[in-house]
Amino acid sequence: MRAIITVVGHDTVGILAKISALCARHNVNIIEVTQSILQDMFCMIMLADVSACNVAFTTLADEAKALGEEMNLSVNAMHEDIFNSMHRI
Amino acid sequence: MINTHDILETINMIRQENLDIRTITMGISLLSCADSDIHNSCEKVYEKICRRASRLVETGEQIEKEYGIPIIHKRIAVTPISMLVAASGGDPVLYAKTLERAAQTVGVNFIGGYSALVQKGFAAGDRALIDSIPEALAETEHICSSVNVGSTKAGINMDAVATMGQIVRRAAEATADKGCIGPAKLVVFCNAPEDNPFMAGAFHGAGEPDCVINVGVSGPGVVRAALQKIPHGNITDVADTVKKTAFKITRVGQLVAKEAAKRLGVPFGIVDLSLAPTPAVGDSVAHILEEMGLEQCGAHGTTACLALLNDAVKKGGVMASSHVGGLSGAFIPVSEDAGMIAAAENGTLTIEKLEAMTAVCSVGLDMIIIPGDTTAEVISGLIADEAAIGMVNSKTTAVRVIPAIGKEIGDTLNFGGLLGYGPVMRLNTASPADFIHRGGRIPAPIQSLKN
Repeated sequence: MRAIITVVGHDTVGILAKISALCARHNVNIIEVTQSILQDMFCMIMLADVSACNVAFTTLADEAKALGEEMNLSVNAMHEDIFNSMHRI
Repeated sequence: MINTHDILETINMIRQENLDIRTITMGISLLSCADSDIHNSCEKVYEKICRRASRLVETGEQIEKEYGIPIIHKRIAVTPISMLVAASGGDPVLYAKTLERAAQTVGVNFIGGYSALVQKGFAAGDRALIDSIPEALAETEHICSSVNVGSTKAGINMDAVATMGQIVRRAAEATADKGCIGPAKLVVFCNAPEDNPFMAGAFHGAGEPDCVINVGVSGPGVVRAALQKIPHGNITDVADTVKKTAFKITRVGQLVAKEAAKRLGVPFGIVDLSLAPTPAVGDSVAHILEEMGLEQCGAHGTTACLALLNDAVKKGGVMASSHVGGLSGAFIPVSEDAGMIAAAENGTLTIEKLEAMTAVCSVGLDMIIIPGDTTAEVISGLIADEAAIGMVNSKTTAVRVIPAIGKEIGDTLNFGGLLGYGPVMRLNTASPADFIHRGGRIPAPIQSLKN
């Protein structure tokens, strides 16, 4: 299973490092990363392979969200299929 | 990878614009539970619901977390209980209490199906069940009831219409100390769909499989936000935008429905393409109509805007799902929609206008609070008018009105939660009593010679 992790908020030092560390800790392989600034907001999107993740995906999603709250950012980890189904026919 | 804009659009729909899956509803046939002894029958009902739905809530919550999409309700629809009463006899309220016990055990927030289908006449069990509705709704919390009194094929059973006027009143009186909540859980239908996942009208039709998963989507806030981006678009642009948005909303419903069906080992039934509002700000169907250019919902032009919205939602949604059913369209429940509440409060939205709107949208006079002294005959008149609109136009219509016992026009009745609150609305009190007391049946309308 692949997941999309999004990070939106004010740019600060160490965002990428912290999210990557979370992924590494749980044996999640980051496949692709894009980041941009949209209307003054930092916006990073990661495509990650969570099939070898060492905790339940729901736990990873909770931890990602909590990490976001700590850094005052909105972080979401969601199954890739929700985006595929909505935007691809 | 999908492009950044699309990913952010999805996240924004969910986090800012209240996109959610309104309900995963498991339909369970109780025909196999019929027994000539009502106590045996009740035990079988309890056992079957608990067995079939044991993992429903847990599975819903799991999908919610994995896909990051809120799933607001997990519910159950069962075979119309009047069919079990036909076999067992006895006091139908025992079934209501059994369903309540099962709802609490499996943790769903509603079980629908305390129902009877009497469009052509009363069969064994039907009268007893209908007569017990006020007591059943007063003594349970999680049970919803519906009665189908008419259809395009059968006409309208006016004896049932007359009875239901009294039942709605009695349901309000029986729950007067609980904010008249009884009739908020009771729908009187014409052309009731057998696979509707939405309450209070959900039941599991006799033609359905033993167990099935139906999903109801939502998302008025998403449609409104999409329209806000084209303030100067013409009406063709408006229709196209609604269609595209409905497609995206429904794709999420289809995904969740298929995933829930797979995980529960139950066939996928339908996705109901409905725009279901909640009283929350930013989740209103009335505000979509206002975004199209009306000063307020209820103004002249409202029916046209709603017709466009309802049609575009279906057109967009149909291609996004492999099976579409249920009510599918826009809901206009007054007390559950912030924009409708505001329009009803200042008098822009009247019951007569709502009746016209029901001719072009998916349901009927829904969650409307009427004066506590409204007679049973006037309520029956409302039901007859709605049923006639449904019968002639081959569509589902329904009446869910709440007589606010002890309250008058302008007072407010508050149910709390998703059922919302609203003002007691003015309605025409001229008496249709002689018409209602004639009884009999309105013949089915002609379905050819359409010119």
